[in-house]
Amino acid sequence: MIKMVLKRLGQTILSLVVVATIIFFMFRLMPGDPTAAVVDPSISTEAREAMIQRLGLDQPLYQQYFSFLSDAVRGDLGRSFYYRRPVMEVIGDKVINTLMLMLSAMLIAYVIGILVGAYLAWKRGSKKEATLISIALTFRSAPTFWVGMLFIMFFSFRLGWFPHSGMRSSGYEAANTFEVFFSLDFLRHLFLPAVVAGLYFLATPLLMMRNTMLEVLGEDFIEMCHAKGLKEKVILYRHAARNALLPVVTTGALFLGQAIGGQVLIEYVFGWPGLGTEIIQAAQRHDYPLAQASFLLIALMVMIMNFLADLLYSYLDPRITYK
Amino acid sequence: MTEPVVENLEEVKVERKDVKGGSLASTFKLFKDVLKRDKMAMFGVVVLIFFILVAAFAPLIAPYDPYEMNRTEDGAIARLEPPSAQHWFGTTNLGRDVFSQVVMGSRIALLVGFLAAFLVTFIGTNVGLIAGYYGGAIDNFLMRVVDIMYALPFIPFVIILVALLDPSIWNIILAISLLTWRTVARIIRSQVLSVANRPFIKAAKVAGASDLRIMYKYIAPNIIPIALLEMAFMVSWAILAEASVSFIGFGDPDVISWGQILHTSFLTGAIRTAWWWVIPPGVAIVLVLVAIFFTARAFEEIVNPRLRRR
Repeated sequence: MIKMVLKRLGQTILSLVVVATIIFFMFRLMPGDPTAAVVDPSISTEAREAMIQRLGLDQPLYQQYFSFLSDAVRGDLGRSFYYRRPVMEVIGDKVINTLMLMLSAMLIAYVIGILVGAYLAWKRGSKKEATLISIALTFRSAPTFWVGMLFIMFFSFRLGWFPHSGMRSSGYEAANTFEVFFSLDFLRHLFLPAVVAGLYFLATPLLMMRNTMLEVLGEDFIEMCHAKGLKEKVILYRHAARNALLPVVTTGALFLGQAIGGQVLIEYVFGWPGLGTEIIQAAQRHDYPLAQASFLLIALMVMIMNFLADLLYSYLDPRITYK
Repeated sequence: MTEPVVENLEEVKVERKDVKGGSLASTFKLFKDVLKRDKMAMFGVVVLIFFILVAAFAPLIAPYDPYEMNRTEDGAIARLEPPSAQHWFGTTNLGRDVFSQVVMGSRIALLVGFLAAFLVTFIGTNVGLIAGYYGGAIDNFLMRVVDIMYALPFIPFVIILVALLDPSIWNIILAISLLTWRTVARIIRSQVLSVANRPFIKAAKVAGASDLRIMYKYIAPNIIPIALLEMAFMVSWAILAEASVSFIGFGDPDVISWGQILHTSFLTGAIRTAWWWVIPPGVAIVLVLVAIFFTARAFEEIVNPRLRRR
């Protein structure tokens, strides 16, 4: 087990280095002035020259590459042009915002998905099943940003129930860190983006749960439950659902990794101050150090999630091993 | 438990022969049979053909120039007019006709969708063929590359690439093709592995056929149905990617796409009032994606006959 963990960890670190390399060369080998990726092109020529020298941009590419890697290991990813602060300072707390939104969305998707998925297995072949599955698949295939726009249009502007953008009302000052994330104001802002993201994720746990439930419901112990005269609801949720849960939960971790990349658009539509909004704004402002760092951080989160998912898998199901 | 499995196997064999030996004509006939049974697939094909026709004749269908500033009868610019007989989907804040924009947008969606999907499938199929056929170190290397591609989050990657290059549909197509071949390569490789073990491939080897000949003449025809199926899914993936990138504002400024229409309406705050500017392009995207999904699913039944008896 330990050997497997180490091996998988090694693979993760290796792919992280490769991704960092790809990103480094993507930013340096672009058409146009390569220093524009690191030094703000809008400052005066002398200041630029001084900056280029100080950052070592007159050195050969491979030396720059190694100093980029060693800086990145120490958590130094350069300075943002726009904020004029170190990049890590800018995006440090954005990571938490992104995770917060994503976990809420996953929670919504998994609670609804598991409950409804179990119900669908019970109602197999009915009209209700077909309708609910179609709804889940529609939300999966519709562009998330468009669904977000529709929700804003209806719930924020037509009904005025929820704020349309941001993470907290302007002028709102949290008394302490706890209140930042557990105040009514925050939850009201969180609701719409979390629901839209959750609806997008919904199809995965829903269909997974339905399919594993169908298998479980065919097993002998369910017949035994019927013979004992238990109520249908009790059989469904107490006995069958419990046994169908495992694969659904384990795919959750794997899915979490993919979800981070896709959440970018939802953050943008709802003005959620997370990594996704940051990477879009940085790219629009040609703030390359910030865009580069945001991308690396998103990729890192994806990799960590995949790593954890693999570990969870092999822990829960020892038959899965890695060569 | 054993009986249905055996039955299934036999069915697979029969269908395989059908697809392989019977050439395109029999595949087409099978497809027609599926369409007759499956109403959803029929719906998908009809909607898809509808959109292809709209894209082909877009300039004839669109009643106005999509950039034209339309005016009301008293000469004022027709800003944010709700749908009417003149403007079926209303007008934008600059008095442009939303219906004409949506009609013209179908061209970009289908162009990007099919072109990117073709490139992705082309790259992925070749990589999968080479990896699966040669095996060993080449296979290992290519599959590690695929693993690393999987570590790159798709939308952020496309955003960065398009922002670094100039925003244009060609760069969007490039960004999509660079990354998404990973999925196709994996699927094709596993298919090649199973085909390469069949007796007729061994016979070809013994007969002295070259590697290239075996790969492209004998193995490739057997994986083309699956490659086409993947391509169908890639079309919808590419359409969605183009819409997303344009929505963020990295779309080609010289063309009208559905994502771009939504981008403008979002930036101008039209979602406060002008629902007619937001709903039509989105519905168009959803319709095309759903149509492709249903068509592809019907096609999947032919390629993978095990799905057929549900």
